[in-house]
Amino acid sequence: MPRTLAQKLWDAHVVRSAPGEPDLLFVDLHLVHEVTSPQAFEGLRLAGRHVRRPDLTVATMDHNVPTRGGIRAADELSRKQMEVLAENCRNEGIPLHQIGSRHQGIVHVIGPELGLTQPGMLIVCGDSHTSTHGAFGALAFGIGTSEVELVLATQCLPQKRQGDIAVTVEGELPVGVVAKDIVLGLIGRTGTSAGQGHLVEYRGSTIRRLSMEGRMTICNMSIEWGAKAGMVAPDETTFKYLEGKPHAPRGAEWEAALDYWRSLVTDEGATFDSEISVDASTLEPHVTWGTTPAQVVPVTGRVPMPHSETDERALRYMDLRPGTALAGIAIDRVFIGSCTNARLEDLRAAAGVIQGRHVHPKVRAMVVPGSTTVKREAEDEGLDLVFKAAGFEWRNAGCSMCLGMNPDILAPGERCASTSNRNFEGRQGSGGRTHLMSPPMAAAAAITGHLVDVRELM
Amino acid sequence: MEPVKTVSGRMAPLDLADVDTDQIIPKQFLKRIERTGYGPFLFYDWRARGGFVLDKPEHAGAAVLVAGANFGCGSSREHAPWALRDFGFKAIIAPSFADIFRANCYKTGLLAVTLPQSQVRHLIDLASEDPTAQLTVDLQAQEVRGEGFTYRFEIDPFARHCLLEGLDEISLVERHDSDIAAYEKHRAAWLPAVR
Ligand code: SF4
Repeated sequence: MPRTLAQKLWDAHVVRSAPGEPDLLFVDLHLVHEVTSPQAFEGLRLAGRHVRRPDLTVATMDHNVPTRGGIRAADELSRKQMEVLAENCRNEGIPLHQIGSRHQGIVHVIGPELGLTQPGMLIVCGDSHTSTHGAFGALAFGIGTSEVELVLATQCLPQKRQGDIAVTVEGELPVGVVAKDIVLGLIGRTGTSAGQGHLVEYRGSTIRRLSMEGRMTICNMSIEWGAKAGMVAPDETTFKYLEGKPHAPRGAEWEAALDYWRSLVTDEGATFDSEISVDASTLEPHVTWGTTPAQVVPVTGRVPMPHSETDERALRYMDLRPGTALAGIAIDRVFIGSCTNARLEDLRAAAGVIQGRHVHPKVRAMVVPGSTTVKREAEDEGLDLVFKAAGFEWRNAGCSMCLGMNPDILAPGERCASTSNRNFEGRQGSGGRTHLMSPPMAAAAAITGHLVDVRELM
Repeated sequence: MEPVKTVSGRMAPLDLADVDTDQIIPKQFLKRIERTGYGPFLFYDWRARGGFVLDKPEHAGAAVLVAGANFGCGSSREHAPWALRDFGFKAIIAPSFADIFRANCYKTGLLAVTLPQSQVRHLIDLASEDPTAQLTVDLQAQEVRGEGFTYRFEIDPFARHCLLEGLDEISLVERHDSDIAAYEKHRAAWLPAVR
């Protein structure tokens, strides 16, 4: 029977299946961070349980780390949460990349760059953007804290089989249009929940031509249209990225792994529950205007007429009128960061726009690299100097203003051009207004002081 | 977990689609390390602005929240169902839920029930017009009942079984220890280990 990539990944992890019950799946890698894990560890402790596979578990501090000033700059509750994580990891023998250490960073950035994220794996984390890891041809999805406890205790997760959706992207991306625009455009079409209960495979020639970074951006935002997971079949781009990474297999094992990884493609004749096709050649740079990622239009467009109470609320919250041209809307802040768009390639793309220019005097702009490794590599290339010379703040790695659990937040009413993934009300700070876009678009907005079509600056 | 069989009580209508977990429990309240105590911060920003539906005296003490489609989208934070539970809700009815949120509800003992848009519309209108209207969510019979109507709902049979019996999922999985050990033996040698 021909199978899809998602079905192959699923089948390979079934520990046990029984009629009328969810399949019991084995987890190859469990990523842990400070915010969704304390109650899980506490639950284990109360029941006298221990972590079954600390060797398949890795922790980092990312969600509420301050991006300058180290742990002492954190508020008391955040510090406590980080200390509790450190203690839990110590007690259970789980490796931890803590604040200030060499590989600390956003959980979905460090997994790939350490080579821990590999094709064929099942990866979970108490975080919805775990879908990012699917870019490697892994089955990866977010779980809640009770499930974190279950995986810590058993290394397994009962899961009901999910349907498959194929998203096929064909055509040449126009200049100035990047992976973020593919996924924003897609969500604009599908809405916020079309993916519910489904595993999505992104395929087609455009996806094949994307770098791993671009694929991660797209898989990352799968959850924003409701999908359980997003994935891309591994190929030479994947293997090239992985080769030589700290945890990647070596020698004969590398060859054995490659043989297996090459089998991780959707078979000819396998069927999906539904299929969506996207013509990349017609895409433009996208910007959100509302408070869900589906409230998005090309930057050349206008704020649309409201179609629902949800739209009206969004317009009120964002303080926008229907018919207003997106380009020209003044902004106060720029945030280049998050697990969607804070990898080296993203920073290079933004720096390319900024080079030799200066941040608009009314704008406060910051770059928060996705990981300490990204930061180091960017500094090796001198990108930090480009950003700093232009007037950007250059910070330490973390989630930062993607969700504003640390001191980096918007003030009420402030408008932000952001490379993150969620523009929900108050996401970046109570009363703050978020416009999602690609790194080059955010860079262009920083320079001009308003939303702008990056192609005008190229 | 305590078994969950039926929930009866009044409704609170939240006539909005795409209610995300950032609204249900904003990030500044995720810094606690306990599973309880989130109730006062439920919908914090919306309530702070005043006039929010849950704060209307006629909806005080409601047991069932009725909301629009895609309820609970966004982050995986289980703090969202914890906050709803701590506030006093025992069931949530909506045309659709985000996957992770629904799973989190079941683990928390909150009944997340999906009904067609038109039936949810009826419940929202009913709760708005007559806040004293009583509703029963019967998990055993898979029915939502009010005066003069009965709506049948579908729910994943295994989730239903676990809720009705109040089963501890970790103990359930631990029973399959030999299967897990057998699986572990056959994992490929190249798969990464962090130590
Ligand atoms: S960067 Fe944002 S979306 Fe990504 S893990 Fe951190 S908080 Fe979540």
